[in-house]
Parts: sequence; structure tokens; C-alpha cells
Amino acid sequence: MDTLTSSGTAPLGPLLRRITGDEKHGPSAHSTLDVLWVLYDRVLRVTPQTVDDPDRDRFLLSKGHGPAAYYAVLAAKGFIPADWLDDLAGPESRLGHHPDRRLVPGVEIGSGSLGHGLGLGVGTALGLRAQGRTDPRVYVLLGDAELDEGSNHEAIAYAGATGLDTVTAIVVDNASATHGWPGGIAARFTVNGWTGETVDGRDHTALHAALTGHRPDRPHVVVARVESQG
Amino acid sequence: MTAVRTTFLNTAADLLDADPRTALVLADISATAFAPAARRHPDRVLNVGIREQLMIGVAGGLALTGLRPIVHSYATFLVDRAYEQIKLDLGHQGVGAVLVSVGASYDGSRSGRTHMSPGDVALLDSLGDGWRVHVPGHPDEVPPLLRAAAGDDDRVYLRLSERRNGDAYPDADRLRVVRRGGAGAPVVVAVGPTLSATLAATRGRDVTVAYTHTPRPFDAAGLRALAGTEVVLVEPYLAGTSAAVAARALADVPHRLLALGVGATDLRRYGDPADHERWHGLDAAGLRRSIDAFLD
Repeated sequence: MDTLTSSGTAPLGPLLRRITGDEKHGPSAHSTLDVLWVLYDRVLRVTPQTVDDPDRDRFLLSKGHGPAAYYAVLAAKGFIPADWLDDLAGPESRLGHHPDRRLVPGVEIGSGSLGHGLGLGVGTALGLRAQGRTDPRVYVLLGDAELDEGSNHEAIAYAGATGLDTVTAIVVDNASATHGWPGGIAARFTVNGWTGETVDGRDHTALHAALTGHRPDRPHVVVARVESQG
Repeated sequence: MTAVRTTFLNTAADLLDADPRTALVLADISATAFAPAARRHPDRVLNVGIREQLMIGVAGGLALTGLRPIVHSYATFLVDRAYEQIKLDLGHQGVGAVLVSVGASYDGSRSGRTHMSPGDVALLDSLGDGWRVHVPGHPDEVPPLLRAAAGDDDRVYLRLSERRNGDAYPDADRLRVVRRGGAGAPVVVAVGPTLSATLAATRGRDVTVAYTHTPRPFDAAGLRALAGTEVVLVEPYLAGTSAAVAARALADVPHRLLALGVGATDLRRYGDPADHERWHGLDAAGLRRSIDAFLD
């Protein structure tokens, strides 16, 4: 299996096409692709060999919708065989339109119903801390529309109040929340004590800096802005 | 504070002291009572505030890291409110937790419908994820059930009520005969704190009364072994909750089934739990009327 080591996402194109059958659009059609690539290529301390290591970093895809980019990155990094990509959501496929942790190696949570990942991520961080595992970080990827779900705000308030500094939330913002977020998305977190950065969600250098920009004693949020789907 | 809740608090605090795998997740309810345990185990006694969705999500995350979460609140907030989190953050992730509720169907009757959860066990039934359900009828049944639950990785619901029977039967995880009738006599199955009223209601009748504090998994083999033609279920939650499992257990046996329990209607009344028991026909006189009408 090929393992990509370059920092560009162009080589993901063929993998994405195997999933979507879409010859027309390039990788940039996928809002989460650059964030996922920077995470798996440069940030997350997890490999196909360490998916069960208790000290691995965790990546939780809360926004389970549109997981083609996630599957492509998992295949590119060797977590799943590339030939799994040829059958999305068929009767025998392990890859559905929402991922299932029990079916896909390296997938930390089954998601799809919005607003579950951040609570699970907070619990994961608390469980690691209670066992003295202070090294692993927990990254949770959400969408700006997903933030409509009130459950996220339960988790944002609690993680901030308790200074849960091993959590990084990433909000991919393609301006799809029906009623918007007046005052900005990062402010929803920072008012609760998080540190926050808002960056261009296509700029790998900026993403890497933000995704590694957490500070002691506070959870961290990265808002990754991408082009609006509208 | 009354006995069954105190028993739970003490047992849970002991478990936190003894087993570093256990963790407790609260949403303000009982947080004051657990304050000493929280001081001893600040990383494993977690009060998330009044956030029940997060309470279950946190439990799911704890379990994903290998801990054994005990999650506690009023039944209506723990189960009814957080139903989808129970379905997805526990069941769909393939992890377990011990959910311990208080309040039951109408322990909080003076607080009204908002504090009642007659449908909790039926909701867990709808999940089909192998939930084990304990409904102890006496405080002395609680510690062994909680200790066993804390020691495994299953999905367990421990439904506590301040309604109680006269005697404890800690071994009644299967149907335990409390009063034996003649050969072929009707069988009356009392679940949890309905036993005392059931015994009073059937005094003088030739029936077998069997008791269990563990309606899930239901002791189907035990029911088949005891059952004649008539079977009566008496449950302290929504009437008919176990009718389907009893019917499956007796699918190939001609039988008649009466399923008694809490009515489905919001009565819009306050009063004491004993009043609600009477209004739902679950006091001894009400049970006698129903059982007599069914058997005579």
C-alpha cells in the first residue's frame, strides 16, 4: 500500500475518486480534507500499528457527514486497505456514509447524528487523565452547522470551566449554519475559557500552527474557514 | 435522605475507594452527598452540572478509555432526556456503563409529571442493546447488584425506588418463588417493590408468587418452569413492559396473560407515591381487584 508523505493533498485525488466516482471535482470539494490531512500527516501521534495503544492521540470525527475525505486519508496513511474505498455503503462495505468505529480500524467513534463527538471527546480526555495518561491529546472535528446542537454547548462550557487542556476542538466553518454565529464561532468557546484561533482551512502552514497552538490549563479550538457551500 | 439512596451512595463511594477503574458521573443530583468522595477522587468523581446529554457522552468517553462509569440522576433526566446519548454514546460505540437512577415512576409525585419516569425500562427495551435491568425491591438488594455491575463491562440499569418490600431477596436475579401454590396454580410475577402489595393482594388465593429484581434479561426459563395456564405480571413501571418477553417465553404454551403496572396516562395529580399506587391499581386492594377479575 502506498503511504503518502508529501504535505500536499493532490495525491488524495485518486483515492477520493474511488469513493465518490466524481471525476469533475478536485480534493478541494471536500471541506474537511485539508484539516484531516494536516492532522494525520503532521499532528496526530497515531499510526496503523498504534490504533489500540492507550497512549495514542485520539481523533474523533464528530461531524460524521461526508466522510469521503476521512476514508481517503485513512487509506493514504495505511489504516484501511485502499480497495475498501471502491464500495461505499454497499451491503458488504465497511465504509458507510457515516463511519462506524466497530467496522473501521483507526476510527475512534461511530458518528453521524450531530452533536455527540465533543461529549465523547471530553469523556475520553477525562478518562485518560484519571489514568495518569497526560500525554495523549483528543482532537474532535465538528462542523459549524453541527454547533446548532445544544449538546455541544454543554461540552464547551464544561471543558472550559474545568480547564480540560488535552482537548482540541476543530470547527470546519463553511458558513452552513442556518442562523449563523453572530460574533464568531471561536467566541462561543473562548468566552468559556478556551483558547481559540481562526485560520484559513486550506492553508496547511496556518492549520499546523493552530492545531499545535494549545496552551496549558485550557482547552483549545481551531476554527478552519473554508469556502461557503452556498 | 432515605434508605435506598443512602445505600447506593455508600456502596458507590466504597467502590470508588476500592477500584481505580470506577468513575462516577453526576449532573448535580447527589453531588453534595458525593462531595467527600469527590475530594478523595477528583479525577473520577465528575459533576458536569445540569447537563444530562454531556453526562452520558462523558460516560461513553470514559468507557472508551477502559474505565467503568457509574452515572446517576433522576430516572427521567438520566434515561428519558438522554435517550439518544444512551443509544449512540454507549450502545452504538459498543461500550457499557452502569446507569443508576432514583425517582422511579412516581417517588417524586409531589413534584409532578416532570419528575416521573414510568417509561424508562420500556425505553431501554427499545434499544435492543442487551441492557441488564435491575429493579431492587429492598435497600439490601442494592449493594451486591451495584458491586457486580461495577465489576463487568455490560450495559446495566439500576432503577432505585424508595418504595420497598418487607423482605430482601438478594438472590432473586431469576424468578424466586416466595409463595408456592398448588400444581398448575396461576403464577404471579412481582418485579421489584411490588412484591409486598402482591403478596397481600393474593393472600388466600391458590397462586404461586414469584419475585425478581432483574427483569432484564427476563428469566424466561423460570417462567416456563413455573407457569400453568394463567400468568400475571406486576411491574412498578409502565404496564405491559414485560408482556412481550413473557409472551415469547410462553409462545408455544396455551396461556392467558395479565400485565399490570403503571398506567400510560399523565394523571396530572400530585400527592404521595402511595396515592399514585392506588390510582394505578398497584396497591394491594387494586391488585386484588384486577387479579380476582382475571382469575374468577
